[in-house]
This record gives sequence, C-alpha cells and structure tokens, in this order.
Amino acid sequence: MDINNLLKICIKALLNNKTRCFLTMLGIIIGVAAVIAMLAIGNGSKQSIRAEIGQMGSNMIMVSPGNGQFGGVRQSGSSMQTLKLADYEAIVKQASYVDKITPTVQASGQAIKGSNNTPTTIYGVNDQYLDIRGYKIASGSCFTESDILHAAKVCVAGQTVVDELFPGQDPIGQTIRFNQIPMKIVGVLEAKGYNSMGMDQDDLLLAPYTTVQKRILAINYIQGITCSALSEEYTDQAIDEITRIIQTNHDIKIGQENDFNVRSQQEMMETMSSIMDMLTVLLAAVAGISLVVGGIGIMNIMYVSVTERTREIGLRMSIGAKGRQILLQFLIESIIISVAGGVIGVLLGVVAAKIISLFGMATAVSSFSIVLSFLVCVFTGIFFGWYPARKAANLNPIDALRYE
Amino acid sequence: MNEIIRLEQIKREFIVGDEVVRALRGVSFTIGEGEFVTIMGTSGSGKSTLLNILGCLDVPTSGEYYLDGISVREMSKNDRATLRNRKIGFIFQNYNLLPKTTSIENVELPLMYNREVGHAERRQRAIAALQEVGLGDRLTHRSNQLSGGQMQRVAIARALVNNPVIILADEATGNLDSRTSYEVLALFQRLHRDGRTIIFVTHNPELANFSSRTITLRDGRITSDTRNEHMASAEEVLASLPKEEE
Ligand SMILES: Nc1ncnc2c1ncn2[C@@H]1O[C@H](COP(=O)(O)OP(=O)(O)OP(=O)(O)O)[C@@H](O)[C@H]1O
Ligand SMILES: [Mg+2]
Repeated sequence: MDINNLLKICIKALLNNKTRCFLTMLGIIIGVAAVIAMLAIGNGSKQSIRAEIGQMGSNMIMVSPGNGQFGGVRQSGSSMQTLKLADYEAIVKQASYVDKITPTVQASGQAIKGSNNTPTTIYGVNDQYLDIRGYKIASGSCFTESDILHAAKVCVAGQTVVDELFPGQDPIGQTIRFNQIPMKIVGVLEAKGYNSMGMDQDDLLLAPYTTVQKRILAINYIQGITCSALSEEYTDQAIDEITRIIQTNHDIKIGQENDFNVRSQQEMMETMSSIMDMLTVLLAAVAGISLVVGGIGIMNIMYVSVTERTREIGLRMSIGAKGRQILLQFLIESIIISVAGGVIGVLLGVVAAKIISLFGMATAVSSFSIVLSFLVCVFTGIFFGWYPARKAANLNPIDALRYE
Repeated sequence: MNEIIRLEQIKREFIVGDEVVRALRGVSFTIGEGEFVTIMGTSGSGKSTLLNILGCLDVPTSGEYYLDGISVREMSKNDRATLRNRKIGFIFQNYNLLPKTTSIENVELPLMYNREVGHAERRQRAIAALQEVGLGDRLTHRSNQLSGGQMQRVAIARALVNNPVIILADEATGNLDSRTSYEVLALFQRLHRDGRTIIFVTHNPELANFSSRTITLRDGRITSDTRNEHMASAEEVLASLPKEEE
C-alpha cells in the first residue's frame, strides 16, 4: 500500500483520539522538559561559580602562614606570625612571574558613624589589591603610597558599609570610627554583590596595611600575601618562585617543613569544581528519575490504550491489512506523537530554564541534556507505541477482535 | 459448477481454563461458485466459529480448508490478508466499525489497503456501496451517531465495497426490522444473481427460503444439508409488504 494512504490512516487515527495523543505527548513533554531544566540548574550553578572564581582572578596566588610549630603544638594559621613584610619585599624585588602583589592583614570590628553602626571587616592592603581581586573604585580614589608610608587613617568603603552608615548621603570625605580609630573615607568601591558561597563581597573596608598593622592590630607581622601571576599559565612557575624566595628568606633547609603555604586560586577552583560536579551528579540522578517516571507515564498511557487499539488492529487485519502495514501505522503514529512531544518538551525545558534564571538561579541549558532527554523519551514513546501493536499484529484477526 | 470452498473434517477447540470447548467437531462440505448458502443452528452451535474460519479470520485446530483449491493452512499470513482484502467480504455479528469514524471512512477502509484503488475511485465506490444499503443520507455520520440497524448496514456496505467473490454474513439482518431485512436479502439475491458466492448465517428459519441451500449445525456438527430448488424472491415479498407511511 502506498505511503500516502498509510499517512492518511495515521492522521485519522491520531485525530480520532486527541485525548490519548495529548496524554502521551504530555508524558514525553514533562519528561523531556524536567530533565533539561534540572540539568540546566546544575550546569548553571557550576558555570556561575567557575565564572566567579575566574573573575576573582584565576591567576591569583595566596601566601599564608602555616604549618609552623611552636614547641610541637600546631598553631592555627592566623595566630602565626611567620610572615613578615620582608617576605613581601623580597618577592617584589626578586620574583619575575609575579604581576601585582600586596601584603594583607585584616581585622573585624564595628564601624560607627553617628548613630549608625555595622559590623564589618577591615582589610589592610596596598592599592594593587583592587586589581588582584577585581574591585573598582566607584567614586573618590584609592589611598596613596604616601598614605601607606605614613599609616594614614584613610579607607575605601564597600557599598554595604556605605549603605549602612550613610543612607542617602555621600560618604566621601566623611570620617567614621572603626574600633574607636577615626578613619576618613577617600573612596567607595563598585558593588560586586554576593559570591557563590553567599558572602557579601561589598561588606568591607580597605585601608593601608600599615594603618591596620600599627593603629588597629598593633602587630609587626603580616597575615598573608596576595598576588597575581603574570598570566594564568605562569601560575605554577610563580608559586615555585615565591616558595623558593620565602624559603631562602626563612632559612628553611631542604627536607624541612615550610612554615607557610602558597596556594593558587586554581587549586581552590578545582576543589570547588569537584564539589559542583557532585552536585551535578545529584541533579542528574534526579533528572534520571524524572526521565524514568516520564517514561513509565508514556508506557502506561500507551499500554492502557491497547485494548481499544487491539480491536482496531483486529478489524484492520480482518479487512485485509497485513501485519507489516499495521506495524508501520503504529510506528508512524508513535513517531509523530513522540517527536512532537519531544520537540515541545525541549522548548518547554528551555523556557523553564529561562524562567528559573529570572528568579535569580543561574541556569545553563546544555545540548547534552537536550539530546539525552529527547532521545530517551522519544525512544520510549516509539517503542511502547509500537510494541503492543507488534503483539496484536501477531494474533489471529478474530482473537485481536475479541481482545478484552 | 466450480468448487470454491472445500472443508475437510474441520475441528475447532477452545481451551477455557482446564476445560476444552469443542465448537466444531468435524465439519466437511463443499460449496460451489455462485451458491447462496444459509447456515442455521441454535445459539452456540458453532455458526460464527465456522464462518470465522471460512473468512480466514481464524484457523481450525485440525482439518483442511481449501479456498479456490489452495490450502488456507499453508498460506502465509500476508497471503491470507490479501485474500481477505480482495476476495472476501465479511459482515460481523457485532459490526466491528471503527469508533468515532464516519460511515464513508469505515466503508473506504478495505480499499485503503488496496493499492490498485486510487483516492477518487475509493470515495466513489464507498458512496455507491452506502447508497446500495440505503444509507446515502448518512455518509458523514460517525459510528456512534448511527442506530444499530444503520451500523449493520454500514458493515454490509464495507463488506461489499471491494467487490468480493465471497460474501460471509454473520446475522447480517439480526438488527433490522422486517422491511429492511428483506431489502438486505434482496440485495444479497441481486449479488447472487451477479455470480457472487454468499454464505449467510442466521437462526431465523424463514430466511432460509431465500437461499439455494441450507446447512444446519448442531453442537458443532452438520445435522442437515438441503438444497432449495425454489428460492423465494425477496423483491416479491418486499412488494407485497405494506408501504411505509412517509
Ligand atoms: N474464543 C472462544 N473461546 C472459548 N469458547 C468459544 C470462543 N468462541 C466461541 N466459543 C464457544 O464455541 C461455541 C460456539 O460459538 P459460536 O460463536 O460459534 O456460536 P454461534 O452458533 O455463532 O451462536 P450465536 O447464534 O449465539 O451467535 C460456544 O459454545 C462458545 O462458547
Ligand atoms: Mg454467532
């Protein structure tokens, strides 16, 4: 029989059973869309975390004191005093793979202006810190070399602190108190928002490291060194170089344990990525379950319609349809339903991902999820549309007609 | 007269639970081309079972069935399907129309599986068949919008549309009033005069007079097989019936 007649038969059969078609398609649509949206969420958060870490500078290197032993007792990093300004100066002088560099000290405390106050953290750094961490000055300016030299009581404020202390006012030139020390605000940072770990990156004050060292903490050591490699591919060389310089500075012999740590942003990123990979696996598992549930839905509706359709098959055979023609008819019908459902499901999944991202959750639709869910659902639909037909087409026409 | 159907010791058994139902217990007969045979018998005597086998819808448990000299048992499934499509017109006791489908589409269905018939011819033949059974005004009614008798006539039209050489009718007049059943009988007699072979199952003994031969079944066996030399004419009976008031 020619394919025209077959298509006519299929289309008539589909139109005669709109509800059944719709329900079958619904199963496929939901299965496909759920998987795409689910994987889009997983991918999206992974990518946004990657991007954020990258934005922080994938060539960022951090030196922290650590692993120093005092009388056999391991101390926590921040209480250790092994890093000195001399280490920083040595790196500035000797390192060739290091681009920007700043010593860091930090203190938590209360920032007060008039009747407003807010708890925040003050970071003692130099002006290169802004480049390394990707901060920009929104208004005013950064503190100067001379401010650092004189341990001037000036600072640059993050947007959150400004909002808390100066609601609706211009903070530039105003003086606040941080842990009783008066500090003049010379600049305001551009807002960066929250990072992927939910930390407010605008809740901070930046001041010359000398100021924080001498006037706030009253210490003569530094708590860390943050620097950036010339570019990402020089990160490993830069780490080796810095390690060697500090080892020499600290007079650490080969085989002795370092009293400091050098870590790159990249290492942190890898740790984060592996966590995110786990999350993606989890989401994929959820998606897999929705796929299975969707698939079972498809099987159900296909199977439920078998009684009615077995009679139809019996009738068609009794007036002369060959088994092959019956199978082709059911195959084409289920291909039409499944592919249409699959396409709608893909569209719906992509739209759902877009809508979810409007609510602030990062989503990224991957072509892998589209292909996977489409293939699985469409294949399930086609198979379970065709398989009962195959069983029925093997019956005697009269048995198929009598089927209950 | 050419022999068109030959049955040899046809048996059909159904297994229901652990009981064996013997619907046919060895039926043998031959039917020549152009015969008009009535099969009679009480309910459950095996008439439908026999007709299903004759229509190649079912296969006997044992015995041989030769159609046009060819053993149906040895045919492939596809050959049997083609046979049903081209040579046999089958009218089911319970109509078996496609649900939610118009009369014309139901009648067209056998021709859809016949690649020799094009679209226009298919439509025209379906309309002609429906007009022949008096349903010219119900072409686009769906099967659930028809009365029982109308559904039966759609089923008859569907059996006629492929110009079969053999027409098998299972209680084809069971749901019709006497006037319409005589009309259907007259139609069958016309087809018979054109040379078709007709096998007509009924449990109404009156209708046997209109055929050329009567086979009676009882408990799956043939109890009588008689020839009827003086076929009554359904047309004459129709003419003698009081006219329907319009
Ligand atoms: N598929 C089947 N499974 C089991 N038993 C069956 C089946 N088909 C028919 N039978 C049995 O075979 C016997 C003959 O049935 P059949 O339908 O041929 O009767 P019939 O002569 O057509 O009766 P009626 O006049 O009521 O239509 C019955 O006893 C019935 O129960
Ligand atoms: Mg019967």
